[in-house]
Amino acid sequence: MGKRVLVVDDEPNIVLSLEFLMKKAGFEVEVARNGQEALEAIARQPPDVLLLDVMMPEMDGFEVCERLRADPRGRATKVVMLTARGRDSERQRGLALGADVYVTKPFSTRELVARVKAMLGEG
Amino acid sequence: MIGTLVALLLSFAYLALLFGIANYGDRSAARGDTLIGSPLVYTLSLAVYCSAWTFFGSVGLAAEAGVAFLPIYLGPTVVAVLFPILHGKILTIAKAYGITSIADFIAARYGKSSLLGGLVTLVTVLGTIPYISLQLKAVANSLDTIFAASLDQQANGPVPEPALIVTLVLAAFSILFGTRHIDATEHHEGMVLAIAFESLVKLAAFIAVGLFVTYGMFDGFGDIFGRLVEGGRGELLTFGATGLGYVDWVTYTLLAALAFLALPRQFQVAVIENVDKDHLRTATWMFPLYLLAINIFVLPVAMAGAVLGRGGDTLMLDLPLAAGSQTFALVAYIGGLSAATAMVIVATIAVSTMISNDLVMPALLRVERLRLGQRHDLSALVLAIRRAAIFLQLLAGYAFFRLVAERIELVSIGLISFAAIAQLAPLILFGLFWRQASLTGALWGLTAGFAVWFFTLILPALVFAGWLDPAILEEGLFGLSLLRPQALFGLEGLTPVTHAVLWSLGANTLLMVVGSLATRPSDLGRLQAILFVDVEQRQSSTRLWRGETRVAALQDLLVRFLGRERAVRVFAREALRRGRSLRAGDRADAELVQLAERQLARAIGATSARLMVASIVRGEVIGPDALLEILDETSQAIEYSQKLEQKSRELERLTDELRRANERLRQLDQLKDDFIATVSHELRTPLTSIRSFSEILLDNPELPAEQQRHFVDIIARESQRLTRLIDDVLDLSKIESGRMEWEVADHDLRRIVEEAVGASEGLMRESGIQVTVEYGVRRAPVRCDGDRITQVMLNLLSNAAKFVPVRGGRIRVELRGLGSEFLVRVEDNGPGVPPPMREAIFEKFRQIGGSMKDKPHGTGLGLAICREIVQHFDGRIWCEEGQLGGAAICFTLPVREAELRAAE
Repeated sequence: MGKRVLVVDDEPNIVLSLEFLMKKAGFEVEVARNGQEALEAIARQPPDVLLLDVMMPEMDGFEVCERLRADPRGRATKVVMLTARGRDSERQRGLALGADVYVTKPFSTRELVARVKAMLGEG
Repeated sequence: MIGTLVALLLSFAYLALLFGIANYGDRSAARGDTLIGSPLVYTLSLAVYCSAWTFFGSVGLAAEAGVAFLPIYLGPTVVAVLFPILHGKILTIAKAYGITSIADFIAARYGKSSLLGGLVTLVTVLGTIPYISLQLKAVANSLDTIFAASLDQQANGPVPEPALIVTLVLAAFSILFGTRHIDATEHHEGMVLAIAFESLVKLAAFIAVGLFVTYGMFDGFGDIFGRLVEGGRGELLTFGATGLGYVDWVTYTLLAALAFLALPRQFQVAVIENVDKDHLRTATWMFPLYLLAINIFVLPVAMAGAVLGRGGDTLMLDLPLAAGSQTFALVAYIGGLSAATAMVIVATIAVSTMISNDLVMPALLRVERLRLGQRHDLSALVLAIRRAAIFLQLLAGYAFFRLVAERIELVSIGLISFAAIAQLAPLILFGLFWRQASLTGALWGLTAGFAVWFFTLILPALVFAGWLDPAILEEGLFGLSLLRPQALFGLEGLTPVTHAVLWSLGANTLLMVVGSLATRPSDLGRLQAILFVDVEQRQSSTRLWRGETRVAALQDLLVRFLGRERAVRVFAREALRRGRSLRAGDRADAELVQLAERQLARAIGATSARLMVASIVRGEVIGPDALLEILDETSQAIEYSQKLEQKSRELERLTDELRRANERLRQLDQLKDDFIATVSHELRTPLTSIRSFSEILLDNPELPAEQQRHFVDIIARESQRLTRLIDDVLDLSKIESGRMEWEVADHDLRRIVEEAVGASEGLMRESGIQVTVEYGVRRAPVRCDGDRITQVMLNLLSNAAKFVPVRGGRIRVELRGLGSEFLVRVEDNGPGVPPPMREAIFEKFRQIGGSMKDKPHGTGLGLAICREIVQHFDGRIWCEEGQLGGAAICFTLPVREAELRAAE
C-alpha cells in the first residue's frame, strides 16, 4: 500500500498544485482547506507526510502541528511546513513544534517532491 | 493671737522657700534638666495675672458691687481662646528675632526705632508703677490687719512702716531673682518655676479660705446667699448692683483683654519664658479653668462679708479673724503675699530689661563721650542698670502708694494701670496683622492714647488724693467744660474708667491708622513690617547682610556684652553646627553676623544690638534700602525658583510625551514590519501558484490539453492578482506618504455612481446578482478626484459582490443629499459584518474571510484605500447593518462649497 500525504492550505490553487505533484510522485493524497479539516483527517488516520501551510485563518499551521504531535499516533508523521513568511523566528518555532522540514514559498516543485521522497526513505 | 513676729517670720520663710525653688529650677536647668517643660507649669506661670488685686481686690469689689469684678477675667479668657492665633504668631516672631521684651517687640516691628522703644518703656513703667504700688498696698494692708489683731494682746507696738519693709524686701528679692543672667531671652527657669509654685499657693489659699468661710463660718453657699437675701441685700447679686452698664461691661472686658496681651509680666511669662510653642494649646483651655477656680469663692466670701456688715480690701483676712481663726488669716495672708510677690518679681524683671535695653543702653551708646562702644566688658554695666531699675521701680511704687494710692481702692489702681498698658495693644495688634502700620502711626497713636489716659485717669486720681484742685474736674482744663477729665467733650453717664478707655484707645487707634496711612514708612520700617507680618513665610533673613567684618571682631563684641565664657560657647556651638572651626581671621559671613546680632539682641535688645554690630562692620554696612533691595532679590529668587520648578514639571511632562511618542513610534515601526511581512506573504502566495504550475507544465508536457489550459488559466489569474496587489500597495503607500497626485476637479457624484454601476454591470450579471440603484438627488456636485472616487465605488461594488450568496445575490446602491454632504450607500444581502469588526475591516489586510467557505480573492487593501481616499476629500466612511440583511458600507463627501454658498 502506498504512502499517504495530507495537503493542508487555504489557497485552493496551491492545494491543487500540491495534490497534482504528490499524486504524480505516487502517493495517496488527501486535502484539507483549513486547520479544522486537517485535524479531522488526522484523527481518522494520521498521514505519513503532512504538507502544512502556516498562515491560515482561525487555526494556523503551528497549532495543527502541535496537536498532531500531541496525538501518539501522529508521532511518526513527517511534517513539511510551507510558509510565505520566511522569518527565522518562525522557522525555529516550526521546527521546535516538531516540523521536520521548513519550506519557504514559492518553492521548487522538484526539490519539494525530492525531499518528501527522501523523508519517506524512497527515491 | 498671731504674733507680729510670727507673721514676719512666716513671710521670710515663704520667700526663702521661693528662692530655694527658683535656685533648684536654675540648677536643674544648668544641668540640662528642664523643670518647666510642661504645659502645666506654663499655664500656672500665666496665672501671674492673678495678683493681689485678684486676691484681695476682687472680694472687696464684690462685697460692694456684686459681679462687677468679672470682666477682668472675661478679657483674658477671650485672649486665651485666641492664643493659637495671637500668641502663636508673637512667639514665632519673638523666637525668630531674639525679642527680649514688649518694648523690644514693638520697637523692632516699627523699624528698630529707639525712640518708640523708649516711649513704650516709659508708658510701661508709668503703667506698672501704680500696679506695683497696688501690691505693696495689699501686702502692707494685710500685715497691718494682722498686726492690729495681735496688738491688743501683745502690745509690741505697730511696725512703723510695713509697706517700706515690704518694698525693700521685695526689691532685694527681685534683684537676686531676676538679674543673675544677662541674656534676657535665656529662660529664667527658676523664676518661672517659682511663679508657677506661687500660682498654686494662691489658688490653694483662696480655696482654703473660701471653704473655711463658706462651710466653717456659714453653712454652705445656700446659707450665705439665703441670709444675704433675708438681710435685704439680695440685690447685690443682680447686675444692677454692679453699677456697670452694657457699654461698661464690654469696655472692661476689652480693657482686660488688651492689658492681658500687653502687660510686661504677661509678655514675659507667655512669650519670653515660653519653651515650647505647643504649650499654648494646653493653656488655651487650662488657663480659663484656673481663672474660674480662683474666682469660685469670690462671691461667697464677699457675700459673707456683706451679711456680716463688712467690706473692703482685707475681707479675706477680716473674716477668719472675726471667726477667731488665726490659722486661716495666715493662710489668706500667705496667699495674698504669693500673689503680690509673683506680680512684683516678674513685672520688675520684665520692666528692668526694657529700661536697660530700650531706654538706658541706647541712650548711653549714643553718648560719644562715654566711649561705651569701646569698653571691654559691658555685661556688668547692663546688670547694674537692671538692678537699679528694679530697685527704682519698687521705690517709685512705694512713693505712689504713699502719695496717691493709700486713698484709692485696689481695683481702681489696677484699672488705671490696665488702661495705660492697654495703649500698647493697638501697636501690637496692628503690627502683627497690618503691614502698613508704620512708625509714625505708632508714635502718634501711643502718644495720643497715653496723653488721654493721663488726662482722664491720673488727673482725677491726683485730685482725689488731694494733690490737685477739684475745680478741674468740675470746670475742665483751662475752665473749658469740653475738657473735663471725666466728661471729655461732654461724654457723660459712663464710669470714669470706661470713659477713659474709650477716649484713650479711640484716639490711639485713630491716630495709629491715620498716621500709618498718611506717611510713607522708612525702608527699614517696611522691611521689619514684612518680617513681622509675614513671619510664617520668611523665617530666615540670613542672607540680608552684606557687611565686611572678621570673625574675631564679632567675637570681641559678644565678649564685651555677654562675657567671655558665653561668647566662646556661642562660637563653639556654631562651629560644631557647621562642622568646621571658625578662624579668628576669617571673613564673617552673613549668617555669623546675624547670629552675633541675635545673641547681642538677647542681651541688650534689637535696637542696641543693631547699633553695636553696625559699629564694627567695616564701612556703613548696608542701608535699609539696600536691605529692602536684597529682600526683593530674595523674593525674586523665590519666584524664580518657583518658575524653575514649574519649568522642570513642564519638562517632565514633555519627557513623558516624548516617551509616549517613542512608544507610539515603536508601535508604528512594528506595524510597518508587520505590514511588510504581510505584503510579502500576500505576494508570495500568488507567486507560489504561478511557479508551481509553471514547473508542472514544464515537467509534464504529456498532460492533456484541457488540464494544461486549466493550469495556464490559473497562472494568468494569479498574475493578475499579483498585479492588483502591487497596484494597491503602491497606491496606499503613495496616499499615506502624501505623494499621491490628486486630480481635483468639480464632479457630479451621481454621474460617478452611475458610471461605476454601469461598469460593473457585466460582472454582476455573470454572477446573477440583482443590482438596484436609488437616487435621492438629481445632481450631486462635489469637488474631488473623479477617478479615485470611481475606484472607491468599484471597490465597494466588487466587495459586495464577493459576499453575496451564490444564488439570489442582491446589491442595493443609494445616493442621497444629507444637508451639507452627500451620502453613498452600498449594501448587500451577504452575511454582514459583526459590530466588533466594523471598524477593523478598514484596516490593511483585515479581511473577514475565515468563516466563509470561499475565501474572497481581494488584496485585503481595498477598504483601507477607500478610507484614505474618502478622508482625503473630507468625507467619512463606515460600515453598518444594511436593510438587505448584510453589510452596508457608507461614505459621504461634502457638497461643493460654491454650491453651498449659492444655496444660502
